[in-house]
Amino acid sequence: MDTDLGWWAVPLALIGGAIRISTPFLFVSLGETITEKSGRINLGLEGTLIFGAMIGYGMAYLIGDAWAQAAINDAIAQGLPPPAVSARSYPMAAWLGVGIAAIAGSLFGVVHGLICSLKRVNDIAVGIAMMLFGMGIAFYFGKPFIAPAAPDLPSIPFAAWSDVSQVRDAFNVNALFIIGIVLAVVLWWAFRNTRLGLILRVVGDSADAARALGYNINLVRTLATAVGGAFAGIGGAFLSLYYPGSWNEGISSGQGLMAVALVIFARWNPIACFWAAMLFGGTSALGPALQAVGVTGGYYLFNAAPYILTLGLMVATSSRNRAMAGAPGELSITR
Amino acid sequence: MPFKPVPSRRDLLKTGAALGALGVASPLIGARAFAQGALTVGFIYVGPRDDYGYNQAHAEGAAAVKAIPGVTVIEEENVPESVAVQRSMESMIEFDGAALVFPTSFGYFDPHMLAVAPRYPGVQFRHCGAVWQEGVHPANTGTYFGYIGLGQYLNGIVAAHASRTKKIGFVAAKPIPQVLININSFLLGARSVDPTITCQVIFTGEWSMAVREAEATNALIDQGVDVVTCHVDGPKVVVETAAARGAYVCGYHANQSALAPALYLTGAEWNWATLYTNFVNQALAGEPLANFVRGGLSDGFVKMSPYGPAVTAEAAAAADAVKAEMMSGGFSVFRGPLYTNTGTLVIPEGTAYLETDIALESMDYLVEGVIGSTS
Amino acid sequence: MVQLVGDGGDAVAPPPRVTGRSVLDWISRRAEVVVIPLGAILAGLVLFGVFLWIQGHDPFQFYDLMYLGGFGRQLSIESALSRAAPLLFAALCVALPARLGLVVIGGEGAIVLGGLAAAAIALPLANAPAFVGIPAMAIAAMIAGGFWIGIAGALRHYRGVNETISSLLLAYVAIALMNHIVEGPLRDPASLNKPSTAPIADQLMVGTLPGLNVHWGFAVGVVACILAWILIDRTTWGFSARIAGGNVRAAQIQGLPVGKLIIGFCALGGAFAGLAGMFEVAAVQYSANGSLAARYGYTGILIAFLARHNPLMIIPFAVLLGGIEASGGLIQRRMGLPDATILVFEGLLFVLILISETFYGRFRIFNPEKRSPA
Repeated sequence: MDTDLGWWAVPLALIGGAIRISTPFLFVSLGETITEKSGRINLGLEGTLIFGAMIGYGMAYLIGDAWAQAAINDAIAQGLPPPAVSARSYPMAAWLGVGIAAIAGSLFGVVHGLICSLKRVNDIAVGIAMMLFGMGIAFYFGKPFIAPAAPDLPSIPFAAWSDVSQVRDAFNVNALFIIGIVLAVVLWWAFRNTRLGLILRVVGDSADAARALGYNINLVRTLATAVGGAFAGIGGAFLSLYYPGSWNEGISSGQGLMAVALVIFARWNPIACFWAAMLFGGTSALGPALQAVGVTGGYYLFNAAPYILTLGLMVATSSRNRAMAGAPGELSITR
Repeated sequence: MPFKPVPSRRDLLKTGAALGALGVASPLIGARAFAQGALTVGFIYVGPRDDYGYNQAHAEGAAAVKAIPGVTVIEEENVPESVAVQRSMESMIEFDGAALVFPTSFGYFDPHMLAVAPRYPGVQFRHCGAVWQEGVHPANTGTYFGYIGLGQYLNGIVAAHASRTKKIGFVAAKPIPQVLININSFLLGARSVDPTITCQVIFTGEWSMAVREAEATNALIDQGVDVVTCHVDGPKVVVETAAARGAYVCGYHANQSALAPALYLTGAEWNWATLYTNFVNQALAGEPLANFVRGGLSDGFVKMSPYGPAVTAEAAAAADAVKAEMMSGGFSVFRGPLYTNTGTLVIPEGTAYLETDIALESMDYLVEGVIGSTS
Repeated sequence: MVQLVGDGGDAVAPPPRVTGRSVLDWISRRAEVVVIPLGAILAGLVLFGVFLWIQGHDPFQFYDLMYLGGFGRQLSIESALSRAAPLLFAALCVALPARLGLVVIGGEGAIVLGGLAAAAIALPLANAPAFVGIPAMAIAAMIAGGFWIGIAGALRHYRGVNETISSLLLAYVAIALMNHIVEGPLRDPASLNKPSTAPIADQLMVGTLPGLNVHWGFAVGVVACILAWILIDRTTWGFSARIAGGNVRAAQIQGLPVGKLIIGFCALGGAFAGLAGMFEVAAVQYSANGSLAARYGYTGILIAFLARHNPLMIIPFAVLLGGIEASGGLIQRRMGLPDATILVFEGLLFVLILISETFYGRFRIFNPEKRSPA
């Protein structure tokens, strides 16, 4: 049933957009929070995200395609008519793609972490160089995966009860989004209440204290960067395997870099990362939604809404005296 | 140290007399530039060669040229519309001996191609999209384009038959003439079937911006649009997003039916192979190359994707009838009385523009029935 | 009042007596900054060569073409230098605030707004002579760019807003603003399918250097780098900035105007980035349009960090990057490699150069005082 929503389409688009668009921001910023809590910054997550998008999509396609071929060959061997299957018939392959993207992302993280463990090496600079490398290698090996169609991650219809098709579609939620919310809560809790969280915070706040307590600073930071990279890889796989759901060289419009910045905005609080990602996702939907209901002028400015709003909120909530409350003491970017 | 590498745009405007005629050949250029029987041809793309869209269409044309004996094809992709494209053209000429260069993106023309061409009078430059003017632009340059708006008109006819909500949608990059012609043609084609149909347009502002294209598609469908087409560099995201929401899709640039087998109706495709092989064969034969080339369905510059399974026999027959008229010539998509969606009469009663009319190439309005604005 | 001060940190005092040994020491100490990066570059070449070789490509052909296309002929050098021109300015936008410990990554915004301002001021100056119009464009661009990054500095100082995120957000806002204006109020109807402002008058177009097909922006960029080096290495302003960058509290206790320094250095960096936009308009595009957002601002970040925020070192790194990018086309065409090959190469090379920083001071040959304790 199609219903004319009129202006109600705008709030619905903001909610739907927040759910659809926020997930990559959420994953990258959660991962980066872990990394930054340990006292390192990885600006290269944009490259990790793009590589995750490529490898997740490519592997999901190759695995799905292999399974489809196997099913067809089996049927032929048994003398049955070949089934009408393709790579897209196997959502499980998409989940494997997500897993592979996470592994690949963690490898990028390990490399970044190890390099930054060397004396006098600047983590910001290495991040930017790794960003270039990640994008380059993703585009280099990604050419053959632009044309094929990989399976999509399935979504959960949370509003199946609704008669309004637009509402049903807006609340088609991907499992990764829910996992992201759970992770945000778990991380928030773990940073305060677990030994691991404590170690992470000590290492991030004071290298001297960590050394005194006998922690291996470089090991902790490298592992934290690896986990951050894995999260960014998952964020990339969400882009290519769910929304917008295809691999091409323009798949990311800076989500990885922006998400790193959102961590500072969220003051290293995983729950705040979730709200920041929701805000960013929702307002990203504003421009197209407004045009759809007839607010047609100035769409460049409406499309810039996420940036303007985030900046406004930062200015409003910051103050000179508690400039960097919550910032890990060892973090190069806020020192 | 000011210098004047190109005629200023004011000069261009002074000689603004429209060049309607097809194939104005310059007498100055000759076969001298081309060594008999051997030719190196350069293609420059603004995006990746395999984008399922604009650049892929050109690359497929270039692939057809590769098959011609004696021809070497050299290609560069992802070349920005900046000093980079000027250097790419120079490099192709100086290092690889390219004697014929095709910079395929609109933004390559002014000032970039116009700055490089005068320094290489022996090399031929043919640009996709701009309007070449005799006496204004160098004699060794030229432009070509296809009347793909005809294809969008046919898309509109098929879309109107498929639409139940009588709302069709268009995801567009920027409000420029080439895009506006397509939006207007799509709506006019649909209105030729049902005058109550409206077409909602959303501009993304970028030629390639995956998430926003997907959002725009979703926003259209949320407004009740049930057939979507687009004009962005790579239509893959729009086609897949629309199909995932169960909307019908009309393709653009290339054949995207594989991305939405059940819901793909038809599509307006480029067929650059014809044009590029013509140019290259002429060059090989030592014939002068035309400076201003345009062509539509009948010239084989533009073609339609085969109808998808959702297209009814009635819809196919209606579209085929108009297509036949277009092929035989004399069919006008833009004919009076035609009003813009702000109520201005742009084409008076009794006036009709053929697709070849140069006036259409500076279109700056959306016609009545299109919901959207050009600024 | 600008007054010269002595070399701040690890100054190499001239040896009291010139002896063969001391000259040798001086050379070996200076050689470190050359030999270590060169070693890293060599390692990068070998590693990337292996990467190509595994896939069945010829590494020697690759490097041959890279040399030919990037540096081997006048045409190649011209291409490299004209690509380097905007990067010089963009890197300064990072290097100057970095003196205060600030990480500004939004130079892209200053570039596009600088270009837009230059194109806008050129409209009423269509009949002005070049000696009025071109400086006016440059000043407008510097004001626009300086204002934009100055905002990030002011927000940092007065509101404690992190400059990294604010400058990045401001860059996106600037690009949106530029697109809005170029496609709206200032759009030239004749620009048809590439929405642009009206082209600048012919006499306002900036030409090429004598005997070299490279626009003046490169020369001005080199001068800008030298001036920036003098500012931060040879004046009290630069000295104060370094102190404030080390410890704000200490700087305030010493009575240094920390706020003015933060805003001033950000604004100056932004002004240089604005000049990059001005040259894009005056020497390349002849109007403002979407091509101003060519990601020079982001490449500039990398160059500034490679140069360790030393304005003089920006010059060779920008030229190196320009040369690598200049050779990309030739490599695509001759070897059939994808365009991203260059990106992979750059990424690998720069990671290795950054890694090499860990080796400073570790080799005895470069550190005579370790070799022969005084």
